[in-house]
Amino acid sequence: MNANFPHPAPQPTPDKSSLPIVHRKPPRAAVMVPLPGTPAAWPKVSLKKVCLRYRTNGSAPLEALKNIDLEVRSGEFLCVVGPSGCGKSTLLHLIAGLERQTSGEITINNRAVQGTGTDRILIFQELGLFPWLTVAQNVGFGMRMKGVPKPERESRIREYLRLVHLSQFKASYIHQLSGGMRQRVALARALATEPDVLLMDEPFAALDAQTRDLLHDELERIWAETGRTIVFVTHNVREAVRLGDRVLLLTFRPGQIKREYPVVLPRPRHLEDVHVAGAAREILNDLRAEIDKSLEAEYGDEARA
Amino acid sequence: MKRALRNLLFYAALIGAWALLARLRVWPPYLFPTPWGVAEAIWAGFADHSFWIAIGVSMRRMLLGYGLSVVLGIALGMSVAGSRFLDQTLGGLLVSLQSLPSICWLPIAVLWFGLSEKAILFVVVMGSLLSVTISMETGRKQLPKIYSMAGRNLGARGLKLFLNVTLPASLPYIVTGLKQGWAFAWRSLISGEMIFVTLGLGQLLMMGRDLNDMSQVVAVMILIVALGYIVDGLVFKTIERLLEQRWGLAAS
Ligand SMILES: Nc1ncnc2c1ncn2[C@@H]1O[C@H](COP(=O)(O)OP(=O)(O)OP(=O)(O)O)[C@@H](O)[C@H]1O
Ligand SMILES: [Mg+2]
Repeated sequence: MNANFPHPAPQPTPDKSSLPIVHRKPPRAAVMVPLPGTPAAWPKVSLKKVCLRYRTNGSAPLEALKNIDLEVRSGEFLCVVGPSGCGKSTLLHLIAGLERQTSGEITINNRAVQGTGTDRILIFQELGLFPWLTVAQNVGFGMRMKGVPKPERESRIREYLRLVHLSQFKASYIHQLSGGMRQRVALARALATEPDVLLMDEPFAALDAQTRDLLHDELERIWAETGRTIVFVTHNVREAVRLGDRVLLLTFRPGQIKREYPVVLPRPRHLEDVHVAGAAREILNDLRAEIDKSLEAEYGDEARA
Repeated sequence: MKRALRNLLFYAALIGAWALLARLRVWPPYLFPTPWGVAEAIWAGFADHSFWIAIGVSMRRMLLGYGLSVVLGIALGMSVAGSRFLDQTLGGLLVSLQSLPSICWLPIAVLWFGLSEKAILFVVVMGSLLSVTISMETGRKQLPKIYSMAGRNLGARGLKLFLNVTLPASLPYIVTGLKQGWAFAWRSLISGEMIFVTLGLGQLLMMGRDLNDMSQVVAVMILIVALGYIVDGLVFKTIERLLEQRWGLAAS
C-alpha cells in the first residue's frame, strides 16, 4: 500500500458543516490522520449488490456493472475513475433513476430509487441541452418543471449564469456556443435546480485549463457552502484527487469497484500541487493496469472477429 | 435581387407568350382565355365579394380539418412509435392506406354525414392525417433519446415531458410531414368542394365551368395556387426559419 493511502478502508469523515475550518485550511502537507466526526444515520446514496446487464441484439447480454456496493455519505464529494466503457456513465444513470438495475438495491436517503427525481440532477456526458431553448431558458428548465415562481427563477438564472461566466450569452441558442461554453450551460442548468445530489459525468472535459481551474474552485465553494453530495465521473485522475473526498476505481467489463482511495489532503487543493500529483500517481498506476486490460479485451475481440 | 429580377422576367415572358397566343386566336376565347380577361375576372370576383367569401369558407374548413388532423396525427404517431404492437400492426396499415387518394374517402363521407360540412371536414382530415401521423411516428423514432432523458432528469414527466420536450424536440423531424399534410389537406378540400355544392373555392371553380366562363376558371385556379404559396411562405417558411435559427441547421 502506498504511503499516500494509509487508510484503505473508507473512513467516516466528518460532516463538512461541523468542521469548516479543516476544509478551508491552506494547502500544507497531506493530512494522514482520519478526522473525527459523526456519520449520518444512513448514507445519502447507497448501492447494494447492484448489477446491470444490457440486452444486446443477438449476442450475450453485456454485463455493464456487477455487484456494486457503494455508500456515499451526505455531503461527500466522490470521484469515479475507470477505463472508457467500464460503466461510469451507467452508474450515474442508475443513481439518477434513468436506468433500472437488473438486480440489487439503490436507495437515496434510505428510500428505494423509483425513477427520476429532482433531488438528483445529472449532468450528462452528452450534455443533453435543449436546442430549441435559449441559454437562459435551458438553465431555467428544471425550475420551471418544479414550479419555481418566475421572479425567483429569473434571479437564479442570472446568478448561475454569472457563476459560469455566461451572462452575456443568455439569449443565445446552444448551437451558437463552443463546446466548453455548452458544458458550462449544462453545469448552470444542473446547479440552478439545486438538487441534493449532483451527478456529474465528465463535466469539465472540454474546458481549457484556466476555465477548468476556475470552475473547480467554484464547484468546491458551492459544495462546501450548500453541503451537496456530489458523484463526479472523470478520466482525469488528478482532477479526481483535486476534488474528491474519495476516489473510486472501476474495473473494465464487468464494471466492478476495484479499489477506493480516500483523499485526505486539506482543501483547497490545487491541481498542480505536489501532494495532489503524488496521490494521483498510485491511482493512475492502477488505472493504467485496467486500461491495458480493456485494450487487450478490445484488440482481442478484433483479432477474433 | 438578381433572382427576383430573373423571376420577374420569366413571368413577364410567360404572360407575354400567353397574351400573344390569345391575340393570335389560335383557339377560340371560350377555350383559351386572355390574360386581361382573367385579370378582369379576378378583379370582379374580389369586387363582388364572391372570392372573399369563398376564401373565407375554404380557409375555415382548412383550419378546422388540418388542425384536427395535426392533433390526431401527433397523438396517433406517438402511440404507434411508442408501442411495438401498434407499430407492427397499425404501422403497416397506415403506410398502405397512404396510397389511397383522399377523394376515395368521399363516398364514405357522404354516406356517413350526407352532403354536409362534416363530410368535407372528414375528407380533409383523411387527406392529411396519414402524412402527419407517419412523419410524427418516424420523427419520434429518430429523436435522440438524450432529450427525453434530460427532460425526465430535470423533473418533467407525462404530459409535461411531452409538451416541453418531446414535441419541440421532434419539430425538425416532423415539419416536412406537417407541410406535406397541409398540401394534401388543401388538395382534398378543393376536390371535395368541386363535387359538393357548397360555398368554397372548389365550388367557385365548378361554377366557372357551369357558366362556360373560362376566365373565371383560370382566375380561381390562380387564386388557389396563390393561397397555397402564401400559406407556405407565411407559416411554413417561418417555422423553418425559426428552426434554422435555433437549431443551427437547415430544416429538411
Ligand atoms: N443503452 C445501452 N445499451 C447497451 N449497452 C450499453 C448501453 N449504454 C452503455 N452500454 C454499454 O455499457 C458499457 C458501459 O458504458 P458506459 O457509457 O457506462 O461507459 P463509461 O464508463 O461511461 O465510458 P466513457 O468513459 O467512455 O464515457 C459499455 O460497454 C457500453 O457499450
Ligand atoms: Mg461515460
